[in-house]
Amino acid sequence: MDADKLARMANQIAAFFATDPDPASASAAVASHLRRFWDPRMRRAIFAWLDETGGPGLSPLALQALQDHREQLLSTTPRNPAPATA
Amino acid sequence: MYSVKEPDLGTPPSQAQASVSLQVDGIPVTVPEGSSVMRAAALAGAKIPKLCATDSLEAFGSCRLCLVEIEGRRGTPASCTTTVAPGMQVRTQSPNLARLRRNVMELYISDHPLDCLTCPANGNCELQEVAGVVGLREVRYGMKGENHLDAPKDESNPYFSFDPSKCIVCSRCVRACEEVQGTFALTIQGRGFDSQVSAGGSDFMASECVSCGACVQACPTATLMEKSLIEHGQPDRVVDTTCAYCGVGCSFRAEVKGNQVVRMVPDKKGKANDGHSCVKGRFAWGYASHPDRVQKPMIRAKITDPWTEVSWEQAFAHAASEIRRIQAQYGRESVGGITSSRCTNEETWLVQKLVRAGFGNNNVDTCARVCHSPTGYGLKTTLGESAGTQDFESVEHADVVMVIGANPVEAHPVFASRLLHRLRQGAQLIVVDPRATELVNRPHAAAAHHLALRPGTNVALANALAHVIVTEGLVDEAFVAERCEAPAFERWRAFAAQPKNSPEAMEEVTGVPAAEVRAAARLYASARNGAIYYGLGVTEHSQGSTMVIAIANLAMATGNLGRKGVGVNPLRGQNNVQGSCDMGSFPHELPGYRHISDASVRASFEREWKVSLDPEPGLRIPNMFDAALHGSFKAIYVQGEDIAQSDPDLQHVHAALSAMECVIVHDLFLNETAKFAHIVLPGSSFLEKDGTFTNAERRINRVRKVMPPMTGLADWEVTLGLARALGLDWAYEHPSQIMDEIARLMPTFQGMSYDKLDRLHSVQWPCNEDAPEGTPTMHIQDFVRGKGLFVTTEYVPTEERTSSRFPLLLTTGRTLTQYNVGAQTRRTENQRWHGEDRLEIHPHDAEQRGVLEGQAVIVRSRKGETRLRAHLTERVQPGIVYTTFHHPESGANIITTDYSDWATNCPEYKVTAVQVSAGVQPLGAK
Repeated sequence: MDADKLARMANQIAAFFATDPDPASASAAVASHLRRFWDPRMRRAIFAWLDETGGPGLSPLALQALQDHREQLLSTTPRNPAPATA
Repeated sequence: MYSVKEPDLGTPPSQAQASVSLQVDGIPVTVPEGSSVMRAAALAGAKIPKLCATDSLEAFGSCRLCLVEIEGRRGTPASCTTTVAPGMQVRTQSPNLARLRRNVMELYISDHPLDCLTCPANGNCELQEVAGVVGLREVRYGMKGENHLDAPKDESNPYFSFDPSKCIVCSRCVRACEEVQGTFALTIQGRGFDSQVSAGGSDFMASECVSCGACVQACPTATLMEKSLIEHGQPDRVVDTTCAYCGVGCSFRAEVKGNQVVRMVPDKKGKANDGHSCVKGRFAWGYASHPDRVQKPMIRAKITDPWTEVSWEQAFAHAASEIRRIQAQYGRESVGGITSSRCTNEETWLVQKLVRAGFGNNNVDTCARVCHSPTGYGLKTTLGESAGTQDFESVEHADVVMVIGANPVEAHPVFASRLLHRLRQGAQLIVVDPRATELVNRPHAAAAHHLALRPGTNVALANALAHVIVTEGLVDEAFVAERCEAPAFERWRAFAAQPKNSPEAMEEVTGVPAAEVRAAARLYASARNGAIYYGLGVTEHSQGSTMVIAIANLAMATGNLGRKGVGVNPLRGQNNVQGSCDMGSFPHELPGYRHISDASVRASFEREWKVSLDPEPGLRIPNMFDAALHGSFKAIYVQGEDIAQSDPDLQHVHAALSAMECVIVHDLFLNETAKFAHIVLPGSSFLEKDGTFTNAERRINRVRKVMPPMTGLADWEVTLGLARALGLDWAYEHPSQIMDEIARLMPTFQGMSYDKLDRLHSVQWPCNEDAPEGTPTMHIQDFVRGKGLFVTTEYVPTEERTSSRFPLLLTTGRTLTQYNVGAQTRRTENQRWHGEDRLEIHPHDAEQRGVLEGQAVIVRSRKGETRLRAHLTERVQPGIVYTTFHHPESGANIITTDYSDWATNCPEYKVTAVQVSAGVQPLGAK
């Protein structure tokens, strides 16, 4: 995935939630958006880029959200067992 | 000529609540106060002859055929212009009335050709029928007097002919143009014997006529007649169905002879259109039988190879084996699908089910990604439901209408006619648009305020409107206190009140004079009923979702939600954008806008589908392209969307498609995307299948099969075949069974069925135990999410900026006669009106660049360049240029960028920095 594009998208998301006066709440909102709308490979890709480069160009809130919620963002929910067929 | 099979009560219904009882020919009847005697008689079963009256038009009283006798009253009043009164005794037949009617008919027929046997209206002509009813046996005046029998025909319009020799000057066409369409293109020219219908110009094509066909429908003779009916003759059956063009979703009666459509007549029972239509829906259906239709499934190993025709079974088997091969090699998440907003709900349901249950992931998206995905996000966040709040009829109760980033006269013409009707009644209009759209300054309805903002500054303007509302005491405090979350509102109020959001501070950003913004805000906020309608000029921005939220904030703050005449109303682009979104076409949501991470919702689908579903969101369309170039996305099934033409930054899109190992295109035509395809599955038109469409007002309308699929399979059967080849045990035999499954799994569709749709004609969701016949207006008592949520909407400028190299801003839109990428309308006579896309440029900008009217110009952006012919107009402001995008050769999306909405990745089509310079032939993208 194009890391520059992912970083730009993360910055856009952070810019929307930046009006939240509570920094922790803003960080959580950014992370929640990424968790709910980004395919896991996109989340993995931005962390791979972040780990490799330190995230140049990321806005402070975007960077904070990635750092604060790394585990949540890199986790995936396991599938339910396949239901029995009739 | 109106369809003979639909009853016509002569005059429109009265909306009065009180009723009046009377007797017609001794038969008691009770009707609403204000009804005409003619309508009461029709409801009592008495047939009064008429020619100038029809129930889609106000009474006119000119033909003098509908005379009646009323006990206690003198003379023989016209029943169409006489209103009922309590206890009235009406006689519709008497020797005196018969004599008078025969006399009138004698006069009409003395100046009418007696060519009934060869007339195309033969068997379906009101004049012919009335002549029979009144017992006309002779014309004492003879046929040799002065007459109009040699008046020349006007055949200029490709869809209908005008034969003035058959005209009885009843004015139905003129009145339809005024009352129904609102264009005022027709008039009666001359006086007395010289009176004749005129389109104003030298002929219909040279006039202001928009070819909506309302005049043709209203004509009681063969004067205005569809050429298709002249060619094919009278139909032998009628099928009720729904238009497949824009999100208005007009109901039609397809009049058919054998399997040949003779004409499409808008259905009076259609609640979206009330018997009206536009040039596309009524006339531009010829694409369905165009020779360009793909007839056979085709496959090829490489996109440079020639196509090989195969059987359906071979195509399904090959497609399934390729998908499984790719998943085995690159992983389960390496494949996906795109549902179509042109296809039915049932077909869309099957494609997302195929991806989720068959491919085993959530890589499903839809063309709403590139148009109204921000609507889903914004309205879900603030109000709790991803849909507009009203029905179309609601606009007839609005006192102030704010249209933001939409041009309904061009893109949603049947809704525009309703809006114009309301404006003529005195409602006020605010237009927010960079361009002076067709709504801004019309002879009969002009905007009180045109806020001509710079492209990309919607949110700045909305914040300025909000600033006025909160600082000038215009908030509906009682509504907000009762209906909205208080802490969020207080945060928003404080945000909006900040000086940086004032109209004066934002004037430099938006370019809109502060006084104009203040006046518009006061007008909207002070209205008894204020309604907002918006289009892609809101959503297709990097802050598209923010702007939808801002609009919802404005409506909540002013109490303009939860009743008729108000609301937040997205004007959807395609016929089934709402439906495709409802049906779970987004990669993060199961049908009904429920997040894929919701274990209980997922479990309900797992029980029904007997598979385990992926709990993680999948890729959106632009993400699919990025993943394809990254190597992790290798196959796509595209139903009814031309992503290689319609998506932005096309060089990027084409590279992504080229990087895939299996592109399956399921479409009517070999579109631009098919150039990158390995498998083509022929599609079926809306005339060839059963199903439902959901329009912009959440109205579910039936689509009914008019003729067998040209290729043997309807689209839902194609997806079914592919699913079975992939090993899925699907056993649908009819789309109604798919709807039954939808009703089992979607709470908002819980009460939906084909039986109910047949009975009620259409239903607006939610349709469930609480609202068994649907929900015309949402959020009446509470918002779907409970309390309405205000969200602050900081203005963040787009990263797409003008510069010395790219000093102009390009924005895009649609024109009336073409539709989206033009795949359908370019294959019809609509090409006569709009054969190419042009670049609108202000004369000042043109002069600076030495550009002349009609000259080919080069349009360069940071992404590419194309060539278009220039049209100099002050409709666009200096610094802004505009084009439509209906023709692939104009390459509008070669130059658009990959910037997108922060929340949904909806592309920012509406803002591209460009330079324009005088160019040379050839036109098109480079």
